[in-house]
Amino acid sequence: MNEDIMIKIENVSFEYSSFIDESIQLAVKDLSLDVIRGEFLVVLGHNGSGKSTLAKMINGLIMPSKGEIFVNGLNTRDEDKIWDIRSTAGMVFQNPDNQIVATIVEEDVAFGPENLGIPQRELRKRVDDALETVEMTEYKNHAPHLLSGGQKQRVAIAGILAMEPDCIIFDEPTAMLDPVGRLEVMDTIKKLNKEKGKTIILITHFMDEAVEADRVMVLNEGEAVMLGTPKEIFRQVERLKELGLDVPQVTELVFELNNEGYTFRDDVLSVEELVNLL
Amino acid sequence: MLKDITIGQYFPGTSIIHKLDPRVKIVVVAMFIASLFFVTSFWPYVLIVAFIGTIISVAKLPLKFIIKGLKPLMFIILITFAINLFLTKGEVLLELGPLTITKEGLRQSVFMALRLVFLITGTSLLTLTTSPIALTDGIERLLSPFKKIGLPAHELAMMMTIALRFIPTLLEETDKIMKAQMARGADFESGNILNRAKNLVPLLVPLFINAFRRADELATAMEARCYRGGDGRTRLNELKFRSRDYVVLASMVVFFGLIISTRYLVS
Amino acid sequence: MIIQLKNVNYTYNPGTPFEKKALDDVNLEINEGDFIGLIGHTGSGKSTLVQHLNGLIKPTSGEIIIDGKSLSSKETKMKEVRQKVGLVFQYPEHQLFEETIYKDIAFGPKNLGLSDEEVDERVRNAMGLVGLDFETLKDRSPFELSGGQKRRVAIAGVVAMKPKVLVLDEPTAGLDPRGRDEILDEIRKLYEKENITIILVSHSMEDIARLVNRIFVMHKSKVAMAGSTREVFSNADQLESMGLGIPQITKFMRRFKALGHNVKDDVLTIEEAKEEILKYLRSNRDA
Repeated sequence: MNEDIMIKIENVSFEYSSFIDESIQLAVKDLSLDVIRGEFLVVLGHNGSGKSTLAKMINGLIMPSKGEIFVNGLNTRDEDKIWDIRSTAGMVFQNPDNQIVATIVEEDVAFGPENLGIPQRELRKRVDDALETVEMTEYKNHAPHLLSGGQKQRVAIAGILAMEPDCIIFDEPTAMLDPVGRLEVMDTIKKLNKEKGKTIILITHFMDEAVEADRVMVLNEGEAVMLGTPKEIFRQVERLKELGLDVPQVTELVFELNNEGYTFRDDVLSVEELVNLL
Repeated sequence: MLKDITIGQYFPGTSIIHKLDPRVKIVVVAMFIASLFFVTSFWPYVLIVAFIGTIISVAKLPLKFIIKGLKPLMFIILITFAINLFLTKGEVLLELGPLTITKEGLRQSVFMALRLVFLITGTSLLTLTTSPIALTDGIERLLSPFKKIGLPAHELAMMMTIALRFIPTLLEETDKIMKAQMARGADFESGNILNRAKNLVPLLVPLFINAFRRADELATAMEARCYRGGDGRTRLNELKFRSRDYVVLASMVVFFGLIISTRYLVS
Repeated sequence: MIIQLKNVNYTYNPGTPFEKKALDDVNLEINEGDFIGLIGHTGSGKSTLVQHLNGLIKPTSGEIIIDGKSLSSKETKMKEVRQKVGLVFQYPEHQLFEETIYKDIAFGPKNLGLSDEEVDERVRNAMGLVGLDFETLKDRSPFELSGGQKRRVAIAGVVAMKPKVLVLDEPTAGLDPRGRDEILDEIRKLYEKENITIILVSHSMEDIARLVNRIFVMHKSKVAMAGSTREVFSNADQLESMGLGIPQITKFMRRFKALGHNVKDDVLTIEEAKEEILKYLRSNRDA
């Protein structure tokens, strides 16, 4: 297996029976993808596009109906390796309230490594380091329910970091946060990628979070319909709108101008780029 | 706001009592309760009062808190007092129609009421000076030897922890759903008992559904964080006996030994 | 004037260590037919303010007048106030409780003591207004629906009370772009067709810019800014100092103008920006 591949997804499908008429539905259809070590991959798709199912399969929480997933070379079907898989590819969920277990911040951060049986001295170091990374050290003795949404989510991230994973999967981590909280969490995610070298898979439906990714995969009805750099993806304004997704307002403006007969570069993503272009 | 209320009746502080190992405190309170049942005369109560008084002053607990803790159980104390007062046979002091008060009855009722007061105060000293988390930890450690005979010590403690973690969240949610239904004209405040119970349906159903959804998500998140029960887990904050814990424990063993022995020395 | 707040103050947990002033001398007026945007970051007092509008929270001091009636007057019935000012909370789908969609939406009208025929009429109407098909959905369980649809059921439950004012606290939170656009479209339709006064609480400046005609900005428990959408968004620096932003497209136009180009910078939508830029490009070409 190639050393540079963090996660290998091979022809994966996931079936479930619809709870309205019990027909067999496919949440994920014959999906293949290599996630490269150290990359920042964004999976973009609307609700029900299969993004969460994919995330849970990578973490070994559910098994593919067909196909295989390898995390750092380990098959998620290998029951003996499941704890290695989960501590290699950690997962942060959407609702910050429903993933914090303990009544004190630092005890919650310790929960994962405690489960792994990390000896106490090492445990203390990991917890302190993780809280430092997400900038929550001063809150380590606080009760989680009194924190803001963004702070809670950073505690949840610290809880995963303390397991020292190579890769972190974020399943819509900002969907329930206000703009300030979203910014805090996005800054933390970028920091983990750039400074700590973590491979990041960020699942979201906010296009602005995809703009700074290395690669973007667009999921629709369980299929990977687009894959490329943010510039390659967002220039396809019409296609994205059809899929029920947004593009940055400046990108849309260029698209509209080009519809009027102009021929501006169509891969503009930020205000600055557009100002320079015009 | 509902989420600001304190859970249990923990009164935060930094006194030596607060810092004692929770196991020591639980064991001391157990000894305290046991010794109460060995006391048969009034004078050892002096020692008991001295014990309670010392703890209150060292832990800097406001008396108000202690009294507040007694209030909900006042009814039971009064009933106990009354039963002992009227139903104990002996030398008649006073007759009130069908009821008689005897000398023994008076003695017995005061004695029993005091025992209850001490019992309640003693246990609340534990909860006032020990955070719910430390208490949970202490209980888990004390029960862990019984794991061999099938007692799920870790599971019990985990359940307590999760309950403590989610009580504020659920209270907040109750407040929100209640307001949302009131905005649709729901009435939680008037009507007879039957109507009131019926009116709670729009509150309780969403609350339960949300609680199950939370439970489901939490279970998934715990699994993703490699939770697989108590075996092989390590702890960030291991409980550790310090010298003060040994000193306190030893002196308390002597102290309560003394109180218990009063039963046999003085009779 | 349908809503008027005069010197309203509110303090949480007065006299305790948790004391917190949530509203500080709030004065505002909302007219019938307004489409109001209420913005401010978390903890600015927005939610507390919104709950004052239908009497769920009573002010510590000051007066609130809804449709000519003072909420502090003994004669004002809370039920009437709550009928006049419908309030849709955040994540309203979390309060659904009935077995069928019909029954859930009927909950509010029934509490108003309406006849069965009237309730039926209201439910049909409300479902139509939020884009839910009455015949196919009325007997289904609300819990079978998708997130966006559940939310519409919850909104219908408030709309069915026929409020004069509809307050929506972040109605698009957690929805994907398509779900968001659908809900916002329904809200716009309610405003246009039913003449309901709308108060929209949102963190999304893009949505606010697109929909509302007046804005109140809450900051540190006070109404920090008030005015037409264009006026408020032209104070970008002030908004940013409050931790709020302006739509990306407005930001771009401001940057572009600041570089000396002759364009209007108070645009709110992509269409407006397009017109301005086209004008600019054409005049440059002609010159």
